[in-house]
Amino acid sequence: MRSPGFLKSGTGRRTARNAAAVLSLCAVTALAGCASATSSPSSTSSGGGTAFKPVKQDNASQITVWTDSTRLPQVQAYQKANPGAKLNVVTYDGSADGSTYLQTKVQLFDRTGKGWPDVVFGSPTDVTWASQPTKPNAIPFAAPLDQNLVPQATLDNFAKGSLAPCQFNGHTYCVRNDIAQVVLWYNKSLMEKWHYQVPTTWEQYQALGLKVAKEHPGYLVGSVGDTNSQESYFWSSQCPAFQLTNPTTLRTNLQDPNCTRMSKLLDSLISAKAVSTQGFFSQGFAKNSGSKVLMANGPSWYGQYLFNTAFKTPAKQITAAAPLTWSGESTAATGNVGGGVWMVSSHSANLKAATDLTTWLTTSTANQSKAPTYPAYVPAAKAWLANPTNSSYFATDVSGVFQQAANEVWTGWSNTKFSDATAWSSVVLPALTSGKSLTATLPAWQSAIADEAKANGYAVTTK
Amino acid sequence: MTVLDTRHTTVSPSRRGLTPRRGGGGGAAGYLFVAGYTILLLAFGVFPTGYSFYLALTNDQGQFTGLNQFVKVIQDYRFVPAFTNILVYLVMWLVLLVVLTVLVAVVLRSRMRPGLSALFRFLYYIPGALAGVASVLVWLFMLDPDVSPASWLLNSLGFHSFAAVLAPGNLPVIFVLIAFWTGAGGWMVVMYGALNNIPDEVLEAAKMDGAGPWKTAWHIQIPMIRQWIAYMTILAFAAGTQLFVEPQLLQTASLGRVSPTWSPNQLAYVFAFQQGDFNGAAAISVFLLALGLICAGLLVTRSNLFTLDEK
Repeated sequence: MRSPGFLKSGTGRRTARNAAAVLSLCAVTALAGCASATSSPSSTSSGGGTAFKPVKQDNASQITVWTDSTRLPQVQAYQKANPGAKLNVVTYDGSADGSTYLQTKVQLFDRTGKGWPDVVFGSPTDVTWASQPTKPNAIPFAAPLDQNLVPQATLDNFAKGSLAPCQFNGHTYCVRNDIAQVVLWYNKSLMEKWHYQVPTTWEQYQALGLKVAKEHPGYLVGSVGDTNSQESYFWSSQCPAFQLTNPTTLRTNLQDPNCTRMSKLLDSLISAKAVSTQGFFSQGFAKNSGSKVLMANGPSWYGQYLFNTAFKTPAKQITAAAPLTWSGESTAATGNVGGGVWMVSSHSANLKAATDLTTWLTTSTANQSKAPTYPAYVPAAKAWLANPTNSSYFATDVSGVFQQAANEVWTGWSNTKFSDATAWSSVVLPALTSGKSLTATLPAWQSAIADEAKANGYAVTTK
Repeated sequence: MTVLDTRHTTVSPSRRGLTPRRGGGGGAAGYLFVAGYTILLLAFGVFPTGYSFYLALTNDQGQFTGLNQFVKVIQDYRFVPAFTNILVYLVMWLVLLVVLTVLVAVVLRSRMRPGLSALFRFLYYIPGALAGVASVLVWLFMLDPDVSPASWLLNSLGFHSFAAVLAPGNLPVIFVLIAFWTGAGGWMVVMYGALNNIPDEVLEAAKMDGAGPWKTAWHIQIPMIRQWIAYMTILAFAAGTQLFVEPQLLQTASLGRVSPTWSPNQLAYVFAFQQGDFNGAAAISVFLLALGLICAGLLVTRSNLFTLDEK
């Protein structure tokens, strides 16, 4: 049953050939001397030298606040304490797990020229793009807070290095809400019951993990399956995976001994089934294995959010130990998993109200002592540790460990314009799930990081 | 004026018997009827297409760049994987769609009692009534061994965790499942309608000539609904190249285990909204447009889709 259509196809082909000829002609003419397709460099247009020029101010205008649901009660507390403040509070994902919602929206607001929120909670990654214009002639979204907005004395009181992600070209574009220093969490009750020593070095941690796998199969000393596990392990190991040697050059060298020592250690524990490749926060983990987590190398918020809320481990069982060291290494270093920042929009028509809210949220001891996570502002952190609700859940006092770890966060893991979670989650984790070893996946991870860095305009070095 | 036009059009059916083709007698009413669609098409179809061509041929300062944007996106490390993913998906989806919908429609039309057939058509159609996002959510549950009602099936296939289900090699299959589940039911109904259009005399003649049900289907019914199949393929292809919601939701739900640039549409989204490169995003969308047009052009010319029946 041949249709007449086949007879006509000759004409169709001729048309196609003509079209192709026209197209290729266009291509030749077009390629001869056209402007470059790459985006124009943005950092030159608005450097640190030029002073920040606010828009026309109206101290009575309403300000829009974007917060994640975790910090929403704090914003509401501010509203309660300051009934006169006119706030429009919007809840969003707060850039958790590598979400780019805020960035997406600001890109659009920059194009339409309106709609920016006045105050936002975000991740340190957000500051890398918010401190620079998103397109030529755009004003960077984040206002430089050190320019007549937040007093220098206040900025000086933030924990050592905690404002580093906020700084760009000599200005401070955000204030840190909380830090998430990595410590070694463990179940004290189980450790005592089984007569295990709490490890102080990675070597002891590995040995104990292998022992647990043999003596108590099913129990876990960690997980690498979350979107941020690389920050708990590879950041703590001082692996140069995301190291900005200057603002436009990224060093990523996963064959560095600091990386391979961690991948080999984890591989041995993964194959012994003492470290899970399923994430702590993945669907079903809490139900299936939540009660079998003996140790977890992770951020300071694991205590409340992982053990208390997700695993529902009873109180007085869990506590934290100081970050693990490598035997023979004198300087202790640890990782950092998140820790939010507050930014004020440079487009805000009420910078006074916006700055006041931001300062109150991050530095008020009354507020921060009740905060869900460890405050970056040192006086507030002291008040936080003194608040019994933050410590009563734990088996021992964690303040010393938290304070020590807060000062040991390794500064060689930079915040880049792209999230460090993407390559880890979409390249490394599927490989681990399919049974490949972490060490064997390092090259793929490195090239994924390098590709992403290049796409975001970084020069990449792997030395 | 409208009243007059209405009268004019009400008269025309009676004249249809006399003239084989309607002449240019539509008048203003015809324009009025298509105006709503035309305005929307111009505003949301033609204008954005033109704008994306403009963006694709310029850079962020509005300078003419020729084909440099296209060269740039082709050289991007995510371009080839994204288009490979979508092509694998499209081949699987279109083959499955064409074979199964036609098969099911033929069975429903000629091998089943009318009442039962109506019931099945209704059942097949139900998932299509769910919005795209909702259907992805349904599949998120279906595919997670921890909560899935079909967890025994997943476990017996060797999938013990959601992460294992979402292995990169499984993704095209997953998206085909979702697309088939939501989209195929509607097409089965359409194909059934198309089969209904075949005059009974033709089928009876085939029976008299000794053709069994399968021979009839293969030599009479399917060839006679060729144009419908082509039409379905064009629309399914166009919809398939634009795959976005499914991988995007799966990416979020799997906590990033699915690449954020799995499909070309997602890649365009990342270009525009994370890298701030609207021009590169436009270049990718022009590639998708070209792909869709080429495929539609081939199918239209091969199947006589727009040839009017000579009656």
